[in-house]
Amino acid sequence: MVGVTVAVVQFGGSNCDRDAVRALEHVGVDAERVWHEDGLPADAEGVVLPGGFSYGDYLRAGAMAARAPILAEVREAAADGVPVIGVCNGAQVGSESGLTPGAFTTNASARFQCEPVHLRVERADTPWTAAYDEGDVVEVPIAHGEGRFEIGEAAHADLVADDRVLFRYCDADGNVTDAANPNGSTDNVAGVLGERETVAVLMPHPERATLPDLGRSTDGAGILRAFT
Amino acid sequence: MTAYTATVTVRLKRGVLDPEAETTQQALERLGFELSDLRSADRFEVDLEAGDADEAADRADEMAERLLANPTIHDYDVAVAER
Repeated sequence: MVGVTVAVVQFGGSNCDRDAVRALEHVGVDAERVWHEDGLPADAEGVVLPGGFSYGDYLRAGAMAARAPILAEVREAAADGVPVIGVCNGAQVGSESGLTPGAFTTNASARFQCEPVHLRVERADTPWTAAYDEGDVVEVPIAHGEGRFEIGEAAHADLVADDRVLFRYCDADGNVTDAANPNGSTDNVAGVLGERETVAVLMPHPERATLPDLGRSTDGAGILRAFT
Repeated sequence: MTAYTATVTVRLKRGVLDPEAETTQQALERLGFELSDLRSADRFEVDLEAGDADEAADRADEMAERLLANPTIHDYDVAVAER
């Protein structure tokens, strides 16, 4: 869409920022990388917190980037209704910064896992999932060592009651099972919404499932079309 | 002002899975050690100057709240000693 410029925020150690720009441009979104120290452009009409290993995952994945000054600007923009999505390390940054509830921590396997997974679309009435129907199954890859979603019992009850689970890990038929849970996430949660539906984080990589040349799935493109 | 070391210990809340600790425990068992359980924690030693020990503890507490610990998964405690 003409006029929409999405800022892909680059930290030292981000490594999916170029992929995100390429994938966004593929779906017709004007996107540019923004170095975090330069601040969020005033005309940014969307924000992507990309994947990678910001600050070398020191302390906890995403912990340092979440306290970078640009995140205060991102939180303000999010509160104003600017769409913000965090992917993988960006999801860790988003949850560490309080944009979304819960935390992402070490996979139950204690291993880095890079593999395709299936996700069930739990909400289709958000900008991120308008391309899908509720219950749709999409295939998008994960690539993380700290993707296990953890949230306290009371906060989990609130999360479910408020219908803020966006995606759950499932099998190819859409069944949400332990076997289909790649990392031990609470309630198979793969992605959640913030206080506004325009804010979301997810561990899987939609930008790696957008370009047809890249491989097996282009199911992630629908998520990025939120910015169109 | 007095010089203190505030020691902040950050550990996973009880019940939160700790795959690194489990892996470490398994490695110890492979080495022939017998143990019932193993928990790990991060320890931060913060040297600072403060009017008294309470003030030093308060500042270390705020450091834990704002950065060193993630309240969703962590508990922490602070111990202050003159240095």
